[in-house]
Amino acid sequence: MNYKFDFAPVIDGLPDLLWGCLGTLGLALAGMVLALVIGIGGVVLRDSPYRGLRWLVISFVELIRNTPFLVQIYFIFFALPLAGIRLDPTPTAIIALGVNGGAYAIEIIRGGVQSISKGQIEAGLALGLHKGQVFRLVVLKPALRAIFPSLTSQFILLTLTTSIASAISAYELTSVAQNIENNSFRSFEVYGVVTLLYLAMSWLMMRMFAQITARHFSYPVK
Amino acid sequence: MNGSEFLFLLVGLKWTIFLSAIGFVCGSISGLGIALARTSGIRPLERGTAGYIALFQGTPLLMQLFVVYYGLALVGLKLDAWLSVAIGFTLHASAFLGEIWRGSIEAVPKGQTEAAKALSLGYVSRMRDVILPQAIKISLPATIGFLVQLIKGTSLAAIVGFTELARAGTIVSNQIFKPLLVFGAVGALYFLICWPLSLYGARLERRLAAASH
Repeated sequence: MNYKFDFAPVIDGLPDLLWGCLGTLGLALAGMVLALVIGIGGVVLRDSPYRGLRWLVISFVELIRNTPFLVQIYFIFFALPLAGIRLDPTPTAIIALGVNGGAYAIEIIRGGVQSISKGQIEAGLALGLHKGQVFRLVVLKPALRAIFPSLTSQFILLTLTTSIASAISAYELTSVAQNIENNSFRSFEVYGVVTLLYLAMSWLMMRMFAQITARHFSYPVK
Repeated sequence: MNGSEFLFLLVGLKWTIFLSAIGFVCGSISGLGIALARTSGIRPLERGTAGYIALFQGTPLLMQLFVVYYGLALVGLKLDAWLSVAIGFTLHASAFLGEIWRGSIEAVPKGQTEAAKALSLGYVSRMRDVILPQAIKISLPATIGFLVQLIKGTSLAAIVGFTELARAGTIVSNQIFKPLLVFGAVGALYFLICWPLSLYGARLERRLAAASH
């Protein structure tokens, strides 16, 4: 092996790469917020009395979970303009991430809701809370405690998934890396360092969520 | 989209299945080794495999493919694109399957190991005849879940430049300018493979849950 490593382009590009990390985290955060909105909305519709709505949510979840994110993001990328919505690649990527994460969030949140026993809901209603309050205080909050670990690992997965958004050249770490690679041809050095940056991000997120779980979501209730 | 364009997608589909199969089979073989090393009780082995698993679970699959792809070229191995990508998927699968199976091996009640030891079974027989058959049963739903992830993941080979289903879709879409139709069809093909597997995995999971209650 007589390859000479040259990390100079990576070192020169380090500020850009760090901005790219922020882009990745921003993309993941925005996507996760949208995913949670879709998730909560989906759970409400999923357990609605209307068969058509339930069926719609089930098909959405199955469709998203059984097709690749790359195909989903391409589809949304081309479908939005046809629907008269013109967006830059980055907002488009956020929508795609939100839709993808939303399908998984529906399943996770539903699991949490189902972990609340019916007796507690009845007790809430008997105490004179109206339906919205019962959902918020008796169902949502304890369910949140039950699903927090799954939701956070889903968040980390979504963060790693953002790298695929480079396919539509959204602003995030992988597309920044591709730019540096195109200009320097130091593919291995660039992608090797970027892989470590991703590892650092997911490790930091994991530590942070573990702290939050220990402080706010562990028993006995603090 | 006419017949020959759809046929082109089907050829892509064939490569998708081929890549998934190689990744899954080779990943299973090395994944078993990793799961055994991870539960071996030998400190350096356990640490090393834990690091390996954390590395693959904490980085995007796309980066793993890039690093393997350019890394193999860098050490002087001139491989076909499909082979580099297949090696990438194998490494990826070995880490994830290794972690799934570690969990299953540890989920087998400890009494089983103790009983096997009391019967003076050696390590090989203990694993092969007692622990692994039970662990495999426990691990099946998660293993099938990962297989679905892997099939979907092979679409990233498109970004590296290998023509499987997703890239076949991009090519056809660029030719006929009907992206929604083409990517709709591509999505439907993925769905047709993945959905039955998902349903089967969910059924096994329900059965396993019923059996353990």
